[in-house]
Amino acid sequence: MSRSRYSIFSLARNAYSHHRNWPKAWRSPEPKSAYDVIIVGGGGHGLATAYYLAKEHGLTNVAVLEKGWIGGGNTGRNTTIIRSNYLWDESAAIYEKSLQLYEGLSRELNYNLMVSQRGVLNLAHNQHDLHELSRRVSANRLHGIDSEILSPFQLKEMVPILNVSPDVRFPVLGASLQRRGGVARHDAVAWGFARAADARGVHIIQNCEVKGFCREEGRVTGVETTKGIIKSPKVGVVVAGHAGVVAEMAGLRLPIESHPLQALVSEPLKPLLHTVIMSGSVHVYVSQSDKGELILGAGIDAYNSYAQRGSIRIIEDMIAAAVELFPVFSRLRMMRQWGGIVDICPDASPIISKTPIDGLYFNCGWGTGGFKATPGSGWAFAHTIAQDRPHAINEAFGLDRFITGALIDEHGAAAVSH
Amino acid sequence: MKRQRYRMPDGGRIDRSQPLHFTFNDRSYQGYVGDTLASALLANGVAIIGRSFKYHRPRGVFSAGAEEPNALVQLEQGSHTQPNLRATQIELYSGLKAESINCWPSVDFDLWSLIGLFGRIFPAGFYYKTFMTPNLLWPIYERIIRQAAGLGRAPSDPDPDRYENINTHCDILIIGGGPSGLSAALKAGQSGARVILADEQNEFGGALLGSDDEVDGGPALDWVEKTVGELEEMAEVRLLPRTTIFGYYNHNFLTAVERVTDHLGVSDDPLPRQRSWRIRARQVILASGAIERPMVFENNDRPGVMLASAASTYANRYGVCFAKRVVVFTNNDEAYRTALIFKKFGIHVSLVDVRPEFNGDWPRKATAAGVEIIFNSAVTGTRGRRKVKGVNISAFGMDGNLGETRHLSCDLLAVSGGWNPTVHLYSQSGGTLTYDKQRMCLIPEKAGQAVNVVGAAKGTFELERCLKEGAREGARVAKNLDFVGSGSVRSKSKTVLENEQPLQPKWLIPSRKHPEGGPSHFVDLQTDVTVADIALAAREGYDSVEHLKRYTTLGMGTDQGKTANINGISILSGIRGEELPSVGHTTFRPPYTPVTFGALAGRQVGQFLDPLRRTPIHHWHTRAGAVFENVGQWKRPWYYPVLDEDMNDAVVRECRSARKSIGILDASTLGKIEIKGPDAADFLNLIYVNSWNNLEVGRCRYGLMLGEDGMVMDDGVTSRMAEDRFFMTTTTGGAARVYSWLEEWLQTEWPEMEVYLTSVTENWATITLVGPNSRKLLGELTDDINLDLKSFPFMTWREGKVAGVPARVFRVSFTGDLSFEINIPARYAISVWTACMTAGEKYAITPFGTEAMHVLRAEKGYIVVGQETDGTVTPGDLGMERMLSKKKDFIGRRSLARVETLRSDRKQLVGLDTEDPSTVIPIGSQIVATTKKRPPMDMIGYVTSSYYSPNLKRSVALALVKSGRNRHGERVYLPMENGTISALICNPVFFDPEGERLNG
Repeated sequence: MSRSRYSIFSLARNAYSHHRNWPKAWRSPEPKSAYDVIIVGGGGHGLATAYYLAKEHGLTNVAVLEKGWIGGGNTGRNTTIIRSNYLWDESAAIYEKSLQLYEGLSRELNYNLMVSQRGVLNLAHNQHDLHELSRRVSANRLHGIDSEILSPFQLKEMVPILNVSPDVRFPVLGASLQRRGGVARHDAVAWGFARAADARGVHIIQNCEVKGFCREEGRVTGVETTKGIIKSPKVGVVVAGHAGVVAEMAGLRLPIESHPLQALVSEPLKPLLHTVIMSGSVHVYVSQSDKGELILGAGIDAYNSYAQRGSIRIIEDMIAAAVELFPVFSRLRMMRQWGGIVDICPDASPIISKTPIDGLYFNCGWGTGGFKATPGSGWAFAHTIAQDRPHAINEAFGLDRFITGALIDEHGAAAVSH
Repeated sequence: MKRQRYRMPDGGRIDRSQPLHFTFNDRSYQGYVGDTLASALLANGVAIIGRSFKYHRPRGVFSAGAEEPNALVQLEQGSHTQPNLRATQIELYSGLKAESINCWPSVDFDLWSLIGLFGRIFPAGFYYKTFMTPNLLWPIYERIIRQAAGLGRAPSDPDPDRYENINTHCDILIIGGGPSGLSAALKAGQSGARVILADEQNEFGGALLGSDDEVDGGPALDWVEKTVGELEEMAEVRLLPRTTIFGYYNHNFLTAVERVTDHLGVSDDPLPRQRSWRIRARQVILASGAIERPMVFENNDRPGVMLASAASTYANRYGVCFAKRVVVFTNNDEAYRTALIFKKFGIHVSLVDVRPEFNGDWPRKATAAGVEIIFNSAVTGTRGRRKVKGVNISAFGMDGNLGETRHLSCDLLAVSGGWNPTVHLYSQSGGTLTYDKQRMCLIPEKAGQAVNVVGAAKGTFELERCLKEGAREGARVAKNLDFVGSGSVRSKSKTVLENEQPLQPKWLIPSRKHPEGGPSHFVDLQTDVTVADIALAAREGYDSVEHLKRYTTLGMGTDQGKTANINGISILSGIRGEELPSVGHTTFRPPYTPVTFGALAGRQVGQFLDPLRRTPIHHWHTRAGAVFENVGQWKRPWYYPVLDEDMNDAVVRECRSARKSIGILDASTLGKIEIKGPDAADFLNLIYVNSWNNLEVGRCRYGLMLGEDGMVMDDGVTSRMAEDRFFMTTTTGGAARVYSWLEEWLQTEWPEMEVYLTSVTENWATITLVGPNSRKLLGELTDDINLDLKSFPFMTWREGKVAGVPARVFRVSFTGDLSFEINIPARYAISVWTACMTAGEKYAITPFGTEAMHVLRAEKGYIVVGQETDGTVTPGDLGMERMLSKKKDFIGRRSLARVETLRSDRKQLVGLDTEDPSTVIPIGSQIVATTKKRPPMDMIGYVTSSYYSPNLKRSVALALVKSGRNRHGERVYLPMENGTISALICNPVFFDPEGERLNG
């Protein structure tokens, strides 16, 4: 199909025709009766999977089925942070792969994802934090992931509005900095992958909810949807927030708990905060978007839920924490708050895995940290589906680890910061 | 000082006897008590209040309330400044200072508006299509984008004001104090129910405040005053003006913010600035009214274009009329009221109605009053760059297309596209919405919680019916809660006008200039989203309402699209060729209007951010000059510098004294749990890896507890006080977690067990005496505990008196030296501590802090849960596999049988002997077996504890290393930022490996 490449020139050219000739960013075809691969879930991870199936594995007869609108789940609800400074080898490998993909993705997809490597700071507020921080930075360094430790003095230089006074309830004692970390425009990640996947022939089918799986002799042969039965020998499920529900349709029980996770934005302000700041002890993470809004997040609501809403207490606490770190925030105002549902594994690490059912693959359990993993997760999942075996970087994230005990405990990384 | 040129000589709810001076953009003006900043600016003829977000077009006051998209200002300066406030909601006070935002150098002459010239190449989402190459330039583009974006400025200093939270319950919460809300409140109040009536405005009355309606045969505002007076008399009714209910959460839990002193301006008032309310209501009556909907036509954003109801409000409520000629543009009957109001003030009014000519009461009244009515026509555009000077009008032809344009001059264009019920809170509560095809608006459909909607919020727009509905629902809801009181007769308004003509669903007026030809037809005034943007989004496939919102930013401004969303959706539905209902609507998210962070944080700021826990001996430590560290919520003495000692000096001294003579430690922060009941021992058997049945009364045992994953979760000494009673200690940081853990198992898994838990952490203070002289010292302080080795062996406890105080003394040790832990009731702690210090003087007793404690225990290779463990460490990894009972089940046992936990190459606890004994490896450093020139390198473990040991005169380090126990003697490396440290793997017990010092 013919399409217009995005550039300043095409923008200027189209201005003359009042932008009336832009093609659809992605088509919305009716589903065919069969595909080579079906991806259930049109979030960032699902769309990335479809894109890499087409790009890396030459599989273009692929459909992405989305029950609502693409990017409407956690892709459109997160705080847009990207980073790869994880502790364990396995996590560091996949998140670093993801960050590296992000670094060239706008040009590759020809869609500006506004990847902004403005640095991610993780604050330490007590001796224990400092020890953990030094352990993680040391590990990152030996992995070849950029990571450094800043003193409160250096922090103050970098973030003048941060309160580094020693006389506060939880003084800032230091921080780790990953300069390559930052933020990206979350919606654009979904749209960019959708457009690029579509260009390679992938069908993106919205408003098509999967209701069940077709199975023959123990293997998956397709899905039952609100648009009828669609056949496929391979089905990859990547439905954050509902992984447990969809798994149950296939008779699988996943080691997952689903919790609300909330976030909020302030009113738009002139530039004020130029990096991403995360504090596990004072329980908040915050950055300022290109639009000028401060974006805040914190920990999950403690109870299990599938409703995309949480309780105000969490909001109050995260704001109190933000005001503590940034006293100048006090008079600013919360403009909008929302919640999403995160699927959390017992070890706070994801699952990118084959399942006991042939032809059925699951990618889930990203907990509070899925956005930053979007390209890497899709890349690895595409490999797993196309080759019917995991890639080295997601081998450790198999379902079998809950039987063998080879857990990748990232609670330290995910407790609040993600 | 300018005179208030546009203030009418009388009328309105302002007090002309109380003038107020204020400045806007550094110019001085005057207004009156009762004004908002918007009304005062209009009275002074200030047309341009701000600039639009993207194209920096001049913008004026558009509304008279919370829906204001344009008139955002920066209020006050310095630490009191606040960005992005709506001038329509700021109550005027003396000395108020405000400025326009997002413009440079000034709002009247804004160079950023040059962007508008290039508006055509900056359609919605343009930034997704460009700035991609070269990669290196993006940070520069982004900096420019960031500078251009954003509205006001954050303060540069901390907030001088104070905020509060308050929690309350009520039977009925009534949201909105307009006619229906007041009627409901009256009935509900009369029933005796506990009622809260909240309204965002400074006074009750809602829409009546800006109208000239009548109730019970007199002015409606007299009725409001009378009703509010009655409500004030009712003991169970609480009136909350200036209070916005902004969030509706589960279980009828609502949140509100009350602006307590904002209207007083910058002051040193002892009252909080704002107060956030958390309200649990049994029932909610939602009387939140409706917001008028604008029309969309060319250049519909100019100063002087205003919602019709707002124009009425400024005239009626604030006595402001800045127009000599008014054009009212409408698709419905309501706006005829505005025409009549202006006519009453003797102003020339033309009314442009898109509907074909009809015989109704409104046109008849209007014509009689002298209003020029132009039916079957539309305003197709405005003239006047900086302020409306006139409008273009065209009539609809037979084909529905607009014909010849003619010009009408005017200085106020009042627009009305009908009304949108304020369903935000209803939607937040989980209620579903539906399109009312008659009134062409979204109305509540099915409630998700105990909420009842009345009045305009439900689509009931006529005053008489609002009064009726409010009274009916107020009484019904109260009755359902079993409150039946006697009430007065219901108030009535004039009879409803007959022959009303329904609204014509026409909002988008095309013009000769194609609506897609650049920024001209504004749908969202705040975010500068135009019809062209919506069309582009739909064309490119962003045609679900949520994609539309995100791609164009429609409704994502600080007003959350209160005047934009429904128009945007209806324009989208036109493009998609579908009915409005099938297009749907975006989610209404809290808060209804923006809420100050400070108000949400309340008192949870500064030292109150988190509870602060101090031991009963805290003040002694402070006087002794201790430096504290935060351990969880506790403040613990870290070290006690004497004179000019630095931390290192102090720790060295403390460590030496504790080994040489006697040290004293405040260990009161240790978690303490009493476990009682006939099944207590069996319970401990399940919780701990080791066995408890055979522990005799009077003895202590070290216990290790695991998570279900088999990983070490906590440790501590537990003692048997009686057959059915145990005293458990936990780590300081783990106390609450362990307590919840035990309760969870008891309550959810083993409810049949008769075991009772009591947290006694704060009931007992713990004073630890450490060192060879500790027995001697304790002996001087007690005469009823036999301290000799045989009578009081290691890992036992005795009851007696210490320094005259009933005490439990435990012979345990966390340093490897002779040691006694004296537990006394917290209230005696300071006297016993002081007694120890006094009696200990001759032994040079030395208080030591947590740092010395860590050094002493690391010398012995003793672990600290949370330092040597991180949730991935098994008892075997720590060399404690012998503790695991084989005769019983315990939590985590099954997991220890998994393949991974059985591996022999797991990371195991070892010591590190640095090549240079003076090198102290930083805690957390990663260990490699072989170094490489550059990463990645294979890591085999990391350092968990590392200190300089003054007693051994060398560094000691503990580490977890793969297959560590089989690698003693092997050389490993720790690559640091500058150089590599080399060390030998060794036994983790550095000091007194034979344990000879334990008995003193």
